[in-house]
Amino acid sequence: MGRYEIRFSGSGGQGLILAGVIFAEAAAIYEGINAVQSQSYGPEARGGASKSEVIISDETINYPKATNIDLLLALTQESCNKYYKDLKEGGILLVDEDFVTEIPEGNYRVIKLPIIRAAQEKVGKAFVANIVAIGAITAIVGKVSYESVEKAVLSRVPKGTEELNKLALQIGYEMAKEKVTR
Amino acid sequence: MARQVKLFQGNEACAYGALYAGCSFFAGYPITPSTEVAEVMAKELPKRGGAFMQMEDEIASMAAIIGASLAGAKSMTATSGPGFSLKQENIGFAAIAEVPCVVVNVMRGGPSTGVPTGPGQSDIMQCRWGTHGDHPIITITPAYVQEIFSETVRAFNLAEKYRNPVIIAFDEIVGHMRERIEIPEPGELEVIDRKKPDVPPEEYFPYDSSKGDIPPMANFFEGYRYHVTGLNHDRTGFPINACELVHIEEERLLRKIYANRDDIVKNDEYMLDDAEVAVFAYGACGRSAREAVDMARKEGIKIGLLRPLTMWPFPDREVEALAERVKAIIVPELSLGQIILEVERCSKGKCRIDGIFRVDGEPISPFQILDKVKEVL
Amino acid sequence: MAYDYSRYLRNDKFPHIWCPGCTYGIVLKAIIRAIDKAGLKQDDTAIVSGIGCASRLPGYVDFNTLHTTHGRAIAFATGIKMVKPDKNVLVITGDGDATAIGGNHFIHACRRNIDITVVVFNNYIYGMTGGQYSPTTPTGAVATTMPYGNVDPQFNILELAKGAGATFIARGTAYHAAGIDNLVVEAIKHKGLSVVEIINACPTTYGRRNKFKSPTDMLLWMKDHFLPVTAFEKLPPEKTAGKLPMGILYREEKPEYTEMYYSMVKRVQEGGK
Repeated sequence: MGRYEIRFSGSGGQGLILAGVIFAEAAAIYEGINAVQSQSYGPEARGGASKSEVIISDETINYPKATNIDLLLALTQESCNKYYKDLKEGGILLVDEDFVTEIPEGNYRVIKLPIIRAAQEKVGKAFVANIVAIGAITAIVGKVSYESVEKAVLSRVPKGTEELNKLALQIGYEMAKEKVTR
Repeated sequence: MARQVKLFQGNEACAYGALYAGCSFFAGYPITPSTEVAEVMAKELPKRGGAFMQMEDEIASMAAIIGASLAGAKSMTATSGPGFSLKQENIGFAAIAEVPCVVVNVMRGGPSTGVPTGPGQSDIMQCRWGTHGDHPIITITPAYVQEIFSETVRAFNLAEKYRNPVIIAFDEIVGHMRERIEIPEPGELEVIDRKKPDVPPEEYFPYDSSKGDIPPMANFFEGYRYHVTGLNHDRTGFPINACELVHIEEERLLRKIYANRDDIVKNDEYMLDDAEVAVFAYGACGRSAREAVDMARKEGIKIGLLRPLTMWPFPDREVEALAERVKAIIVPELSLGQIILEVERCSKGKCRIDGIFRVDGEPISPFQILDKVKEVL
Repeated sequence: MAYDYSRYLRNDKFPHIWCPGCTYGIVLKAIIRAIDKAGLKQDDTAIVSGIGCASRLPGYVDFNTLHTTHGRAIAFATGIKMVKPDKNVLVITGDGDATAIGGNHFIHACRRNIDITVVVFNNYIYGMTGGQYSPTTPTGAVATTMPYGNVDPQFNILELAKGAGATFIARGTAYHAAGIDNLVVEAIKHKGLSVVEIINACPTTYGRRNKFKSPTDMLLWMKDHFLPVTAFEKLPPEKTAGKLPMGILYREEKPEYTEMYYSMVKRVQEGGK
């Protein structure tokens, strides 16, 4: 497998940096392939546009930043507008269908999922939206196993929230799986 | 037992590398983008019986690690940009008083407050010349998370071996990115401790260079009562006014490092043997350059990389030798052109030198480097 | 028999750099007597200083001595004390060193209540650099950088220390030299941050410019302007105007910093949180 670039984007406070860390950890530690996670951030801890990037590859990853994105997750319209141009031709734009209503034109595949709503309604906690997103990304990317991702999630989430997060991961995975296989 | 595998930030790897080297005292002050180093030390040092202190300011942090080192601890501080400026006076104190210590500078952008959350490499000359006066300094410039761990161990080793402050400088990109790291087992990496005196207290002189340029170091409270000062001093440690002795002692301080440059200088040389163009790069730019070399080689373009892991003392001979056999050396930097000046100086006009400079908070990409290579070929 | 100072001195380092008429020698002797009386072992004691005339003191005494950068002595001393909490750490500093350039370290050491004894030599002036006004220079006094009379308000070093959390404060003067011994002994014995202010005379850069005809006049000024705290407190305000109390002015038992830190370390190592 060559270089595969993922960018998690949304608003500060949505847990996207943690999402990137978890996915990278799943790949690098539990799956045993190379992964690099990086981020850029502003001074604010909440709000603003936030992005976190994960690159996975069988080869050594020297350049740590995403420039030719295979998969872009956008949880807000602002982040979608800001970053869609970095998608490569034939890449995938994964959006939260409730918050990203205007899909920019481009030569890529769009997958719309109710990520935040699913976290709210099916898990009962909006703050697990990042884990729902990881579930969806796991299904879409297909290069890191569900088991590896689940292990990484459980190693990073606070004690007592394991079941909640397992459920969130599963919901995200199944939602996306349906779209990917259809 | 298998080595522990972790996904660590560069900053985290730096802290764990310090602990591996035996660091038992850390003093710091919160500053972006280096704070994670302090946070790991605050968490881990108490577990190991060591001490972490968040001091009232950057100056105090630098002072405290020097005091701690004199009391026998391996010590470290970490900072960025403005904090590095504030530490400079006491870095000079550590240099003239020959107190081993490690200073981490996770480089951000801009002068003054600049771009606190963005990367930069514009402190690299400050690492060499930040404090006033002639002084010896060692600066280590790792680029990969695994390398930050092992180079931090090396930084402590060099500090202890040469009785000198050692700076570890890497940019925010490398400090904050996460990468797979295998934690070496105890004993796997060499750990060096300062050489203690082998003479009784009455025969001990703290700056005695009769047996070599690096005097053995007694810690405070070990029965060797001596004096330490930032004034120019003689072998006894007491201030001198005899100017010729000042000159002799200052030369020894520089010689201590430069005469041992082969032991201190370390480079990653990649595909240089048949290279027509070389890239001289470190930190995040070094990573991009390595990628650019791979990309170029796939296109049949012969380029190579000289990536210094020790920036100070500067790899002058290596650069000169390179300049003799390549058409050009490309120097990508996250500054408006600093280390290129050293490359120009050491290449002595023997080849073309071109820079790629960027200070907009974004890294220099492999494509930018490759484009430049094609331009000069 | 006269007291023998020589075992605590680096006798080959004399003559000292202090001017004729300077009172630092008087205070140096008192500090040696106090260290002796407190029973501190030379090998187990570090004396740390910053920059200035007072900060040259460590060079003359036979301990583990550290002459640091301007204002930073307490920060260096903090590093030593944290690594070796069972050892004795004293700081010798001046008014400018402690309360101007080193003011931040001074107040934060007080706040932490770390077990360091800080002796501040207050001579109301930057002496080594030739007589510039310091934070303790009296308003109206003449200094090379206040040639028309000082307009800066004065710091009261001990009120500053107390306000910042120091748990032992005391004041002595070079004139009342015999009284210094006990102040320093008690300061050393005190577990926590102790500050002893010693009023000193700089005839060369302060006295000459401020109508003191001789060094003796400066000592007589101390005699007239400092009263034992017990006497001071009994007098009505009109009788103490322009005067200051001396002696142990405040003492309080509070948890000491290294003890608190290492009890946390113990708790962590035993598996607590």
